[in-house]
Amino acid sequence: MNRRYLTEKIYKALMLGCLAIVIGSLFMVIGITFWHGGTVLLEKPDIVITPPGPRYLLGGEGGFLHATLGSIYMVLPATICAAIMAMGIALYLQSDYSSERIAESIRTVLDALWGTPSIVYGIFVFTILVYIHQRASLFAGIIALTLLELPIITRYTDEAIQMVPRQLKESTYSMGSTRWETAKVVARYALPGATAGVLIGLGRGIGDAASVIFTSGAGSTMPSGLFSTATALPVMIFQQANSCYPSVREQAYAAACVLILVVFTLNVTSRLVTRYLSRYVPRGR
Amino acid sequence: MQVSYSGKKDVVALSNITVNIPRQQLTAIIGPSGCGKTTLLKALNRLHDIRDGVQVTGSIRIGGEDIHQPQHPVPELRRRVGLIAQKPYPLPASIYNNVAYGPRIHRHPSRKELDTIVERYLREAHLWDEVKNRLDDPAADLSTGQQQRLCIARTLAVEPEVILCDEVTSALDPVSSQKVEKLLLSLKERYTIVLVTHVLRQAKRLADYIIFLYLGTLIEAGPAEQIFTQPRHKKTREYVQGSMAGI
Repeated sequence: MNRRYLTEKIYKALMLGCLAIVIGSLFMVIGITFWHGGTVLLEKPDIVITPPGPRYLLGGEGGFLHATLGSIYMVLPATICAAIMAMGIALYLQSDYSSERIAESIRTVLDALWGTPSIVYGIFVFTILVYIHQRASLFAGIIALTLLELPIITRYTDEAIQMVPRQLKESTYSMGSTRWETAKVVARYALPGATAGVLIGLGRGIGDAASVIFTSGAGSTMPSGLFSTATALPVMIFQQANSCYPSVREQAYAAACVLILVVFTLNVTSRLVTRYLSRYVPRGR
Repeated sequence: MQVSYSGKKDVVALSNITVNIPRQQLTAIIGPSGCGKTTLLKALNRLHDIRDGVQVTGSIRIGGEDIHQPQHPVPELRRRVGLIAQKPYPLPASIYNNVAYGPRIHRHPSRKELDTIVERYLREAHLWDEVKNRLDDPAADLSTGQQQRLCIARTLAVEPEVILCDEVTSALDPVSSQKVEKLLLSLKERYTIVLVTHVLRQAKRLADYIIFLYLGTLIEAGPAEQIFTQPRHKKTREYVQGSMAGI
C-alpha cells in the first residue's frame, strides 16, 4: 500500500485510540458512581432532602440535606456576586475604557488567578478569618467561592466581549451614545458567551472541596444562618467515602451521583440558554 | 487638517486638507482605494477618538463651530453628525428597538410617541411596508439590503444635521443599491450628506459637489459638473476618465 495512505490510517487509529481512552475513562467514572450511588438513590430517594439525624456519621439515620443546602446557599450567592463583578471588569478591559497595555496586564493576572489551586483561596480566607478572630462560617465560604469563580467567569465574559465587532461599537457611537450606553449594547451582544461562562463557573464552584473545608467547615449540622458553619457536597463526600460504616459510605456515593447530575444539567441548560440569548445576534458574523 | 495613525511606523493618512463642504447638498468623496476617504469621513464626527494611536490635528468646523472645542460634549456632536457604515451592523435587538434606540437615549419619549417615531423613520427609509408586521422580530433576520435601510432609519431617528455615508451600497446587490440611492436623493433636500464612494458612476448620479483625494492629499474639489466635464488637475482628469494607472 502507498506509504502516505498508510501513515494516514495509522494517525487516524492513534487519534481514535486517544478518544477511546478518554471517553472510556469518563464512562467508567460515571458508571461506577451511578452503580453504587444510583441504587441507593433509587431505594431511598429522600435522603437528599432529609436532614442528618443523631449519630449520623456513626451509621445513624438521616440524609445529607445539610450538605445539599450548604452547597446551594454557598454557590448561588457566590456565583451571582462573581458574575456581576466579572461583567464590570470585562467591560472595563475593552479598549474604550483602558489602554491595551493595562488590559493585557490585567488579563495575565486573571489567567494566573484562574490557574491558582483552590486550596490557596481556602487558606487565604482562613488566614483572614484567624486574623480577625472569626470562626468558620457560610459567609466565609461564599467569599472563597466568589474569589475562585471570578477569574473563570471574567475571562469567558472578556472573550465574549472581544468577539463584538468593532464596527458595531462605531455604529452605536455614531448615534451619539456615551461610553456607558455603548457598553450596555456590547454587554447584550456578549450575553450568550457570558452566560456560558457563568454556568461553567458555577459548575466549578459547586464541585470544589478545598476552598470550602477551611472556610465554612465540615460538620454535619444543618446550616442555620449566614455566620454558622456549613458544609458542601464535595466535602461531605470526601469525609464519608472513607467511613467504615457501609451506610455512611453509600450516602457518599449517592451525593456523588447528585453532583454529577447537577453538573450535567448545568451544561445542558447552558447550551439551551446560550442558544435562546443568541436570537438577536446576527448569524454568520 | 491632518490625520496620522501611529503604530510601528507613523503613517500620515491625510495631510493638508482644506475644504468647505456645502450645506444641504450631497458631497461625494472619490479617489482610489486607500487614499484616506474613510479616514476623512470619520474625522468629521470624531470617531477617531475611540481608537488609541490616532491623531487629528487642525480644525474641523461644522456650522462655524470647531468640533474639537471642549464645550461640545462628543455624544451630542455625534448625534448631529451621523455615520452609516459600509456593512450594516444592526443592534442585538428587535427591528423596533433598533430604530427606537436613538430617540430613547436622547429624548426619552413616551411609548406612543416612540411608535410614531419608529413608523415615521421606517417610512422615510422605504422599509416600513416590508417590516410593519414584524417589528418585534430580531433585526438579524432581515436581508442585508433591508438591514442597511434599517441602519439608515436608525441614524435618521436621532435627527442629525449631517449624514456621513461610507460606501453604503458596496455590500448590497444592485436592486437594494438602487433603493438606497433613491433614498439618498430624497434625503439631500433636508440633510447635508457626505458620501464616500469608489464607484464613479454612483458619484455622477448622486453628487452635487465632489472632493477628489489621492494618497492622502486633496487634489481638487468643486461642483460635480465642473469636476466631471472640465477637471483642472491632471490626476483628476485621469481618474475621472478611468485612465489612472493602477486602478
